[in-house]
Formats: sequence, C-alpha cells, structure tokens
Amino acid sequence: MTDKTLTRADLSEAVFQEVGLSRNESAQLVESVLNEMSDALVRGEQVKISSFGTFSVRSKTARMGRNPKTGEEVPISPRRVLTFRPSNMMKDRVAAGNKG
Amino acid sequence: MIRSELIQKIAEDNPHLYQRDVERIVSTIFEEIIDAMARGDRVELRGFGAFSVKHRPGRTGRNPRTGEPVEVEEKHVPFFKTGKMLRDRLNETD
Repeated sequence: MTDKTLTRADLSEAVFQEVGLSRNESAQLVESVLNEMSDALVRGEQVKISSFGTFSVRSKTARMGRNPKTGEEVPISPRRVLTFRPSNMMKDRVAAGNKG
Repeated sequence: MIRSELIQKIAEDNPHLYQRDVERIVSTIFEEIIDAMARGDRVELRGFGAFSVKHRPGRTGRNPRTGEPVEVEEKHVPFFKTGKMLRDRLNETD
C-alpha cells in the first residue's frame, strides 16, 4: 500500500499521457466527464459504467432522528442519496492488489 | 446513462476529437481510478466524491442453510463517498 491520494490533477495527467491533448484540454475533459455523470444523477438517472460500477440515486423517506449529544428528537427530511456499487472487476482488482 | 452514452455526450460536446480518442479518455479516467485503489490509494474528486479502499477483517461466518460455521478471510473492498456538492445538488428544491 502506498497510501497516496490522487486528485483531478492525476487523472488529467493520465489523460494527457495517454491521448496527447494539451494539459489544459485534458483537465477540461476530466471535468466534463464528472459533470456529465453528476448531471445525469441529479436528473435521477442511474449511471452504469461497465467494468467500473453503477451509481444509483435512492430516495429516503422522512424519519425522526435524535441529536446524539442532547437526546433531543429532530425530524430528518426526505432526501435523495447516492450509492455506488462496484463492478466485480473492480472488486477483484482491489482485493488482489491489496492482498497480504 | 451507460458508458457508451457518456462517451457519446462527450463526443458531441467536443466535435474536434475523434470518437476513439473520446473512448480512450473515458477509459483512462476509470482505469486510473481502479489502478489507484488496487495500490491502496484514495482518489478524491472534490465536489463529486472520493473513492477509497476499506479493510474488512476476517470473521467466522455461517452457512445460512446448514448453520455450519465458515471462516471468512479478510479482504479489501472499494468504497465511494459522495462529495458535498453533489449531495447538495441531489437535494436542491427548485
């Protein structure tokens, strides 16, 4: 394990190395991909990327919660949450790469 | 939306790029994220979310049919946490 954190900059660099566009344009394309995915999810669509995984939006109903510090009851409004289900390929590669 | 529709969208917005280059760009991004997690790294995409690896320790499970105990080995699993901006956008009331 190397315990690093990658960011947009690392993805842009990979695109730059792979495709031979300018660094600037590579960065913009990474942004476009994330934006298109976000927009689809906000529209309530599922985003299914084969051999990567599936992002789905789930609606949760309103419920009563509790402030753990004060014990006070507070209403939790209905909300939409995003869940990610990794593909088997991703699960296998992550499991194999981090073994031992 | 599926992978091919995502590629289609990006290609439409970038008419100066070859379709096969758009395919390579999209694949590179997803490959890079998987490679990072396979090394045990995190991928943090502000506003969108963060991919990380969680460790699940070994445990004694049970075969639900027979009730027989089985050893489940420790493993590492991919995990995604939604970014604040995307979470907020999902709950915007307009």
